[in-house]
Amino acid sequence: MGFAAIYVPEFMVQAVVRAESRAEPGLRERAIALIDGNAPPLFSVVAANARALATGIFLGMTKANAAQFVGVEIRARSVAAEKAAHAALRDVGWSVSPRMEETAADLVILDIAGLSSLLGPEETIAELLVARAGECGLRVNVAIAENISAAEIAARGFAGITLIAAGEEASRIGELPVTVLSPPEEIAETLALWGIKTCAALARLPVPQLSERLGQAGVQLRTLARGAASRALVVAETELVFEEEMELDDAVEELEPLSFVLGRLLDQLCARLTARALAASLLRVRFDLQPAFENALDVRTEVVRAKNMPGIYERVMQLPVPMRDAKLLLKLLRLRLQGSPPGAPIVKVLVAAEASRPRITQRGLFLPSFPDVEKLELTLARLAGVVGEGNVGSAEVVDTHRPGEFRMGKFLPVQEEAKDSPRKKAAKKRSSEIVEKHLPNHSAAMSFRVFRPPLPIHVNSREGRPAEVFVQGRRSEVCKASGPWRTSGEWWREEQWNEDEWDLEVRFVDKSRKAQTQSPCAGTFQTAKHLQQKGVPTNGAQTEKFEEEFRRYRIYFDAVRQGWFARGMYD
Amino acid sequence: MPISSRVAALRLQVETALAGRVVAPLEYRDRSVVEVASTGIAEIDELTGGLPRGCLTEVFGGAGSGRTSLLLAALAARTREGEVCALVDGRDAFDPAAALAAGVNLRQLLWVRCKNIEQALRATDLLIQGGGFGLLALDLSDAAPRVVRQVQPNVWFRFRRAVEGTATILFLLGQESHAKTCASLVLRVEGQAGVWRETSSETSHEASHAIDSEEQPILAVRSSPGGRGKNVHAAGCLLEGTKSWAEVVRSRMQTEDARAHDRSMTGRVLSIDVRKMDGKRMDAAEFAIKTEWNYLCGD
Repeated sequence: MGFAAIYVPEFMVQAVVRAESRAEPGLRERAIALIDGNAPPLFSVVAANARALATGIFLGMTKANAAQFVGVEIRARSVAAEKAAHAALRDVGWSVSPRMEETAADLVILDIAGLSSLLGPEETIAELLVARAGECGLRVNVAIAENISAAEIAARGFAGITLIAAGEEASRIGELPVTVLSPPEEIAETLALWGIKTCAALARLPVPQLSERLGQAGVQLRTLARGAASRALVVAETELVFEEEMELDDAVEELEPLSFVLGRLLDQLCARLTARALAASLLRVRFDLQPAFENALDVRTEVVRAKNMPGIYERVMQLPVPMRDAKLLLKLLRLRLQGSPPGAPIVKVLVAAEASRPRITQRGLFLPSFPDVEKLELTLARLAGVVGEGNVGSAEVVDTHRPGEFRMGKFLPVQEEAKDSPRKKAAKKRSSEIVEKHLPNHSAAMSFRVFRPPLPIHVNSREGRPAEVFVQGRRSEVCKASGPWRTSGEWWREEQWNEDEWDLEVRFVDKSRKAQTQSPCAGTFQTAKHLQQKGVPTNGAQTEKFEEEFRRYRIYFDAVRQGWFARGMYD
Repeated sequence: MPISSRVAALRLQVETALAGRVVAPLEYRDRSVVEVASTGIAEIDELTGGLPRGCLTEVFGGAGSGRTSLLLAALAARTREGEVCALVDGRDAFDPAAALAAGVNLRQLLWVRCKNIEQALRATDLLIQGGGFGLLALDLSDAAPRVVRQVQPNVWFRFRRAVEGTATILFLLGQESHAKTCASLVLRVEGQAGVWRETSSETSHEASHAIDSEEQPILAVRSSPGGRGKNVHAAGCLLEGTKSWAEVVRSRMQTEDARAHDRSMTGRVLSIDVRKMDGKRMDAAEFAIKTEWNYLCGD
């Protein structure tokens, strides 16, 4: 058997149920009628499920009449939901076979010839299709037959899974009513007058007489009823468009109900991505915002009113690795929206994903620990919520002469590849240890702590060199000074700089504290003897009596602002 | 029923009750086996045995004591090994250019710039929960000690417990010791006066020339962040570096004869006897800190 047809019965109703099933899990089992129309008084029933029809609802009934039926849920038809349901149906088809025909919004036909060796017998393939459709929120009929028409008719006519063996098409399709063939209205009336109710009865009619009375359309219907019609499959081009949207009856203002809607859409999106064995590498959300109250009352032309609309809120979230975990994506989106919420109530939500192949990695046993990439992304989003968007990430040193210039980039650590075997790694480590042993002891590099913004200071100079510095109200004597390090640039811009930089070692004397001469580490607390060794002029009595502290600063004279500043401190 | 079978039944009952929560609850856990990592400074490694993983290490000292240099050396050592590190910067004082000069791989370092201690503690909490970091540093050096003292002790305890059993080194930097007994290793650092190098005062046009040991004229150029900037030094002296002292205030690791049995493939697991040394004074070590200078030959 070569073709499988997937049919979504009560498509319009199922599309709405699919969109709302997360909010109301039992909705599928209830009687539902969909209404549509131009204006509220003209709303009428355009679709209903079997349960609703059983209660007496019929298509074309006004909304007011339909509302009289107890136990029937009235919902508005949603074109966006239908579009998303059709996209989900296509994804279910493409998840099994790349050769697929989009016959109708509620029906796709797949070429499954040769797939048995890959996926198993036809029954298994049919079960797989039903299961994947279920994951995407659709209940479908699947029929597999030798020809396209037979599969299509069987899918429309029989519920669940139908397998039609070669040569049995006529007998199986014969059981179905003629209406399954979707005959034109005139022909349907004629056949009803003749008492032809099933496909088997139609198939038994002689061709010449049928042709005389109903024309070629009648003959074609008879061929279909016998399951003997054959045509070529019109293969649809494979698309990688993953979008889910929802129009909201009432505008949403708060994050909590919005995240509920987003969660629903992300669930569906991730199910579709999973069906196609893909993952989202980029997520885009777009909200249509409600116009302001004043604008809604505005009676000016549509063009002017459109200009006054608050517009569209759009955010793009680049993911570090392809993901398809709906819960994780929802958390990331929530954190992003918390940081920059939309400025007006939301009336329509669209979530789109850019698909790529999922990450397949296996960590080495002997590699250093590495944060889980999905978890890290979530942690970064949370950190951005605590310290601000631009205050978390990876520092990048900018190629410029301007002192202290850097920029914050996205934190994307590189994961070491497990290329070397453990034995090789151990050998490499041993050799590096030997090399290190023979090298002289390396010292730590001098670190620098930056004052952001630079600290304004007062400097008294002597012979063109800083001799006395007042930092945060404390006087200090300059012991050593190195400079000036002259640097300037970007004179053509407002942010030009022209600085004379100095490295200073200054001595603070704290008269409120006595010196700790017994200090084990002769570091911060210097004795007069030590200072004399270093050539620093000292007042013997004072240095012996009071505690002293030495610090090393980098200061500069800003020629643009005409002032002294401390850039930072060596530590 | 014999005692042995009753014990076995009881043991099974306990293990079943704790299944999924505690791995092997009745197995003896050898706490003395602590994995350590290099600080990047040989003298400190020799003194402490290295930074213990899954523990809180506290380094404290005054301004200019060399504590930040010690942190950068540790970050450089960890990122060189391919580990991912995080720095929670309590007062936004981190200098990327200095870190780059110290050998830190900035791509492997997550920098969280905080404005106050509340943000810093919250960020640390999130990062510990995230997990997977080789070294997680919380820099509270610029926070006033009286503010840090107000942090509840249970915060340090929670941090310690959160990293326990992981490969993360939690590194706390401050002016005073605050974590107390929650820290497995407490180091006090003190800085000495800077080491200056006298240079000649003769200047030709913009540049000055320093005389190196072989009496050859050289042009002193300070590395700029971009790596190609030239700032002109006029005369006087150059800050060559400084020397710092570090002493172990508290350690739960034996350091004098830490027997380094190379058990693992990576060779980083040390067998260390547990010994509390609270209140005891241990040997101090001196380590050198140098400024990165490039001496270019000039005319």
